Amino acid sequence: MSGTQTTYNDKVVRQFAVMTVIWGIVGMLVGVIIAAQLVWPELNIGFLHFGRLRPLHTNAVIFAFGGCALFATSYWCVQRTSCARLWGGPLVPFTFWGWQIVILLAAITLPLGITSGKEYAELEWPIDILITLVWVSYALVFFGTIATRKVSHIYVANWFFGSMILTVALLHLVNSAAMPITLLKSYSVYAGVQDAMIQWWYGHNAVGFFLTAGFLGIMYYFVPKQAGRPVYSYRLSVVHFWALIFTYMWAGPHHLHYTALPDWTQSVGMVFSLILLAPSWGGMINGIMTLSGAWHKLRDDPILKFLITSLSFYGMSTFEGPMMSIKTVNALSHYTDWTVGHVHSGALGWVAMVSIGAMYYLIPRLFGKTEMHSTKLVTTHFWIATIGTVLYIASMWIAGVMQGLMWRAVNADGTLAYSFVESVKGSYPFWAIRWLGGVLFLGGMLLMAYNMFKTMAGGKTADTTVNVPVAHHA
Amino acid sequence: MDINDLRSIVTVVGLLCFLAIVGWAYSKSSKKGFEEAASLPFAEHDDLGAMSDTSRPR
Repeated sequence: MSGTQTTYNDKVVRQFAVMTVIWGIVGMLVGVIIAAQLVWPELNIGFLHFGRLRPLHTNAVIFAFGGCALFATSYWCVQRTSCARLWGGPLVPFTFWGWQIVILLAAITLPLGITSGKEYAELEWPIDILITLVWVSYALVFFGTIATRKVSHIYVANWFFGSMILTVALLHLVNSAAMPITLLKSYSVYAGVQDAMIQWWYGHNAVGFFLTAGFLGIMYYFVPKQAGRPVYSYRLSVVHFWALIFTYMWAGPHHLHYTALPDWTQSVGMVFSLILLAPSWGGMINGIMTLSGAWHKLRDDPILKFLITSLSFYGMSTFEGPMMSIKTVNALSHYTDWTVGHVHSGALGWVAMVSIGAMYYLIPRLFGKTEMHSTKLVTTHFWIATIGTVLYIASMWIAGVMQGLMWRAVNADGTLAYSFVESVKGSYPFWAIRWLGGVLFLGGMLLMAYNMFKTMAGGKTADTTVNVPVAHHA
Repeated sequence: MDINDLRSIVTVVGLLCFLAIVGWAYSKSSKKGFEEAASLPFAEHDDLGAMSDTSRPR
């Protein structure tokens, strides 16, 4: 029982946590560069132009920054809530080094234009195979740890992490199915509208499972821990988990409104997207209400500020998303910067902020400290990040709605009132504000890196022993 | 049988399955298990007693 001297494997958590911050800076720096390229076109130098760097930005922030955050937090959470050391021996370091190699290969191939052209799945087939190997190892480690747990229950955060791992495996395998022509070029096995539908089934579920379920897992562990109280309603967590699982898979067609996709499929996608509001807000309410009765903690705890603000942005973007999936709204918003603003409301406001909060919780604990080197800097980071996010999404709303209105405006004789380039010209000031918002968010990440290295200095990295509570012994 | 019948059946079974989960989650019998599960993040050494001054999960 409690006589076991096993330790938690925190080395891999430490590695992933540090790389989360590093890749966050890299990915957001590329984002700031491409935002600047839109404002100052002369910054498109040689092959390092917007078209090549944009997929590098998305891959770096989603899979390098977000991915490392998910690995770090899921490995920490599954060990603590299972009272067991990570299962899998050499598979554990393989997930870290394998994932870093995937990221490096992405950073080399994407600027060189080596791409399969599928959004958020641009990497060519040899890298796709490596991703599969790493991901299967991740699944073995995660579910192996669950299987060897010393408690009877599987904590809800692990259900979210587990669903993320399983679904991403399925999405990756189906969408990446391709016919290799050479080592660096392949073609999708699907064609025409089926190819588009599979791509956006993948694309939307990458949002739904990688960027939502996984980060809800982070929320369900780190919000209760930081607030020092259990989740508001465990029942609600079970219900909204299964509601998300049953609903998300069908929402993809809203990316293909008014295309060659059959009209009924578009309507199915729209209806399921609207239903998604309920489980999404279930999660948001559950997270925020965990603080009920302890709201005062929000006043002077910047980590809770990050976590709770991330939930507010999650609530905002999961209201905005269903609204934008309505066909008539989509007719205005699609292909405009409104979509870009919506994505960043989720990416900066929700995914990045909840990850940053979790990292500020983890980093001191991983290096034998009780808190970050400077809590004041964490507070500064919070305000810079929040202002940056608000500038970003507000400017994109205005630019997006303006673009949508200009593109659809017609003269009395039915000709277009504006040429496309006039909408580009009108967008300039808002692209400059967006760039400024990005610079602020990146600045916050640099503060975080400084704070992290100061916290790491002189830190102890001894592994803690696994605690098996008698009451929970299975 | 038309493949669309099968698709309809899967949809209806999916909904019934979800409703059964909701019923199970809100049944009295699962309350105790949920309380134990909700306290799992607080099983570490540094959290002993953290649960005492907090409300029970609903």
